[in-house]
Amino acid sequence: MIPLASVDWHALFFWLFALATCGFAVAVLFSANVVRMAFYLVLSLGASAGLFFLTGAEFVAAMQLMIYVGGTLVLLVFGVMLTAQSRFVSLKTPPGEWILALIAGSALLSVLLAAAVKVPAWKVANPDRQAVAAAETQATTQLGMGLAGVRVDRLEQADPELRRGMSGYLLPFVIVSIHLLVVLIGAAYMARAKRRAVTVDEGTV
Amino acid sequence: MAETINLQVLNRLLGWLGVDLPANHPLGLAMAAVIQCALILGIVAAGAVFFIWLERKLAGRIQDRLGPTRVGGRFGWLQSLADGIKLLCKEDVMPREADALLFRCAPYVSFAASFTAYLALPFSDGWVAQHINSAVFFILAVLGLEVFGVILAGYASGSKWSLFGAMRESAQVVSYEVPLGLCVVVPVFLCGTMNLVTIGNMQSGWFTNWLIWHDPFTFAVFWVYFTCAVASVNRAPFDLAEAESELVAGFHTEYSGMRWCYFFMAEYGSMLLVSGLASILFFGGWHGPVPIFELLGWSHRGGVLEFLAQLAGAGNFLGKAVVGVAVMMWVRWTLPRLRIDQVITTCLKYCMPLAAICFVGAVAWQSGVFGLFEAPLWSPNDLLAEKHRGEYREHWVLETAERDPAATVAGGRQPLPSARSGQPVSQPQADAWEETAVRPSSLTDHSGEKGGTG
Repeated sequence: MIPLASVDWHALFFWLFALATCGFAVAVLFSANVVRMAFYLVLSLGASAGLFFLTGAEFVAAMQLMIYVGGTLVLLVFGVMLTAQSRFVSLKTPPGEWILALIAGSALLSVLLAAAVKVPAWKVANPDRQAVAAAETQATTQLGMGLAGVRVDRLEQADPELRRGMSGYLLPFVIVSIHLLVVLIGAAYMARAKRRAVTVDEGTV
Repeated sequence: MAETINLQVLNRLLGWLGVDLPANHPLGLAMAAVIQCALILGIVAAGAVFFIWLERKLAGRIQDRLGPTRVGGRFGWLQSLADGIKLLCKEDVMPREADALLFRCAPYVSFAASFTAYLALPFSDGWVAQHINSAVFFILAVLGLEVFGVILAGYASGSKWSLFGAMRESAQVVSYEVPLGLCVVVPVFLCGTMNLVTIGNMQSGWFTNWLIWHDPFTFAVFWVYFTCAVASVNRAPFDLAEAESELVAGFHTEYSGMRWCYFFMAEYGSMLLVSGLASILFFGGWHGPVPIFELLGWSHRGGVLEFLAQLAGAGNFLGKAVVGVAVMMWVRWTLPRLRIDQVITTCLKYCMPLAAICFVGAVAWQSGVFGLFEAPLWSPNDLLAEKHRGEYREHWVLETAERDPAATVAGGRQPLPSARSGQPVSQPQADAWEETAVRPSSLTDHSGEKGGTG
């Protein structure tokens, strides 16, 4: 029983999910078939959702599955199936694009790494990860209340001056939602079949 | 995860072997994980076997036939087992044109999505593999992944029939996710939580407490939900991805043997899942029409009696879910299949506006027509008024913040008790937050105690 108890299970699962995320992300790069790429991307994003679950951020994990895996990727594959000329589309990336992608990717990576290293709180290992993860599961309420207009996390502010800014993000949230709705309606309008033109064509032909 | 396995029982069993198991011991967690996965897998697989038999029997009766009668006596109840053995022995064929990797993976993707969603589905009060705070959302998110397996299967088969099936399926599922989500929002905001255990427990008591009776709009939105659920699990009259009359067998034309079987286990698994979700969201979940066990006072006294009450609750829940599945079968063998344009029309022109109207109507009802009246309009439900519920629900945040500012940084929840065995362990303490926050005393007053009811 002792070897089992001494294993850091949290770290073990973290490495498992992290390796899956990175491994399948690399597989996306080195695959030539679009649908296979999408499949690897599903696995990679699913593994990163697993990372979120491990930290107790269940809502974010479910969001990840809903939006990226269930929404974006299904639409991507749908688009590929609609537009594919041959049966199994395969992509050949020219070397120029590889170089461009490497520059862009490494720039982003260096920024992220620098940011990650500079946060002092992230340098110390947290002694009780399970408790942190358990506490994190309750954060959804705070998140939702923050969006709906009350910043409950401000309550712990010792300084009464700072505690005053209790209003949340309701206005930006509504603005963003309305903006998205307008964009969607606009896209639907632009993509609409031009009925009139078709009938005229049929008439002439 | 381990708190759902009764540690005291486990300890008594292990005590004979001279082993002592602390509350958060990795071995205990691993055992709990294995047991829970096996239980869920058992429900999905046994459910598929049972439902295939039920479907054939129902189809037979509806078409004025007998259905299977040969294997296993008068009712042919061994028919599914015989089918299963046949499927195991079948050759696993793959077309030469197929994309081998994706073709092989696709059935597992479908099945895994259907199986994973069960992790968040409670079968009785607290009988859930993983307590997830936003369980409704998680189930919807994971259920949406099942379509990916179908798309992969259709694309990788290298066959036109399969590709057409997959395209129809993806268009259909992506469209129906929208009204489905909108329908689910109604019970969620009535209860003020996405936690399925809490939603179920809020409907304890007599059957009038079921959310479907809450107001006319909630009653209406259930039917929209059911329609969308049938479409999202790809059942007739929305089974265009298969469409035997036009597409041979749609996305699984090229599959045979066990791989084909996985698709069907996924399909029957999701049927049971959406019916179970409906039973929790609209029909009181594990609470029976008459709260027998609450009247007897069994449901909260611990020990064997509470376990029996919980077991009866699980029976209740499964009964309701099976009725839902049976209705889906009834629909399948009664209604003709829709055309693809009719499917999309049903979604966008009927389900979507209906769900939206019901949503606004339920909000109006619950808010007393947007504040014209003091209280919510009349409802047979004895749920706590929204305002007070909100106070109770969010009260923990304010309270912990005032009492102990440091605790709120970590979200206000104390870490799980890691008591050693022998001491009264975890479940009450671990759920203490939920109990105090979500179930105020006035809610329990009228209906006795929580727990499974007859």
